[in-house]
Amino acid sequence: MAKIRPRVKAPKKAAMGEIIEIKTLINHAMESGQRKDSSGNPIPRRIINRFDVALNGRQVFSVDLFPSISANPYVAFFLKAEESGDLTFTWHDDDGSVYEETKSIEVA
Amino acid sequence: MHDALETGGVSRRTLMISFGGGATVAAAMTLSPGLSLAGEAEVQAIIDQMAEAAPAEGGVDLDLPEIAENGNTVPVTFTVDAPMTADSYVKTVMVMADGNPQPEVARFHFTPESGTASASTRMRLAGTQGIIAVAQMNDGSTMMGRKLVKVTIGGCGG
Repeated sequence: MAKIRPRVKAPKKAAMGEIIEIKTLINHAMESGQRKDSSGNPIPRRIINRFDVALNGRQVFSVDLFPSISANPYVAFFLKAEESGDLTFTWHDDDGSVYEETKSIEVA
Repeated sequence: MHDALETGGVSRRTLMISFGGGATVAAAMTLSPGLSLAGEAEVQAIIDQMAEAAPAEGGVDLDLPEIAENGNTVPVTFTVDAPMTADSYVKTVMVMADGNPQPEVARFHFTPESGTASASTRMRLAGTQGIIAVAQMNDGSTMMGRKLVKVTIGGCGG
């Protein structure tokens, strides 16, 4: 698999109380465990099973993902801008790997 | 509980799957004949686990294409019509597809800081089927939305 690189699109600045949209994408095959290879052997499941978002270390949003999620999982969601700080995005792989991305946001 | 659906003409196929890096991988996919699809019973079992009472119909809006040409990636957006305050907020939204081998698609966890209980993702759909979103408030009450999607070419069975 290509090197896994998470991508996050979030506003750098927001007005106090504004509801902002954050879009995230990570390249991952999301192997469902339902497929078989050319010789008929099942291909083992390997997906991103959890996506967490924390603001200044406090969890504000998360998703449990299942094999029905498409390859290169895309998740867009909203947050109410109430404090400046660091948004930490964490993706958890079935194989134990963890992929992380951080974006800072300034709320005025 | 399981309906052994006849998968007939679409039981064997070869799909080209392209990955983000541009590499194209040919994968021969075989869905075994008689593969049991999840069906509404499994969806109901998940709903029963979430809530004691039947969820109220409505209040969860699902934005989906009426016809999805490619079942490998079908966009879905849901919006729950509920306030998001510290006292009353949407805690969980479970999205399910009743015709997939495993009905669960994703479970979203919200907090009052979400501002609005809405999110988007992309899912695989094995074929034409119903999409169900069940929202649970912090007080335990539930509501649900449901929409049918027609799928022209099914996704990789899961």
